[in-house]
Amino acid sequence: MIQELFFAYFAFAIVVLSILVITRRNPVHSVLWMLLLFFHIASLYLFLNAEFMAAIQIIVYAGGILVLFLFVVLLMNIREEVRINKFIGAWPTGFTFAAGLLVVIIMSIKSFIAAPPGIYSIDLIKQETHTKVLGKLLYTEFLYPFEVASLILLVAIIGAIVLAKRRLKP
Amino acid sequence: MVPLSWYMFLSMVVFAIGVFGFLSRRNIIIMFMSIELMLNAVNINLISLSHYLQDLRGQILAFFVIAVAAAEAAIGLAIVIALFRNKATAHVDEVKEMRG
Repeated sequence: MIQELFFAYFAFAIVVLSILVITRRNPVHSVLWMLLLFFHIASLYLFLNAEFMAAIQIIVYAGGILVLFLFVVLLMNIREEVRINKFIGAWPTGFTFAAGLLVVIIMSIKSFIAAPPGIYSIDLIKQETHTKVLGKLLYTEFLYPFEVASLILLVAIIGAIVLAKRRLKP
Repeated sequence: MVPLSWYMFLSMVVFAIGVFGFLSRRNIIIMFMSIELMLNAVNINLISLSHYLQDLRGQILAFFVIAVAAAEAAIGLAIVIALFRNKATAHVDEVKEMRG
């Protein structure tokens, strides 16, 4: 009972906060609501016995990505932003598409068949601690994708510098 | 115990909100934030499936999604800064040189 109540609170808060994120006129308010949203999602991960993912969610998203967003938002003209219409003219098309997508995915949930459970039961994870189990799996079975992910981050760093730097005078 | 389908419903609703925000906001930064919202919805789905199916591979996948989201945010915001430098606007309907 108490679990359902907690889940209901977090689900309600996550939905309301995501609606607030995409409807605020002032982008700074959007970023701050998104910070609160990420904390709620991290607490949802704690429910699912994924402590490491909750920590990563807060460190990477709230600590890294949102600060980046806040820097760029503060570059723009917020006075003009609060005066102008926040949605483009064709917003009903976007709304129809999103609602249709939601209906289609919800209809497809009925045909979901769960796979047979794997070997990482909750007891095993509790016994070995979550971070250790995840690290073992990441550095043995998923070592190659892990290296590819590091390459992606390197390419992103170089690409961001190349895109954002000033052109040199010829 | 909360059933798995509740988590899936939550993730779908957040994903649909992200799709709506991406398709209908005028400000390009809010469009990027909608993409982050969609990626977070996928992460909720992956981690809940990983918990209920007792298989950690879903969380590994969510880990890679977070890495790609960080790379995407860096590249996207660099593109926004380049756009500011050339056009001094952040509104997608004022950028129409390509006649799309």
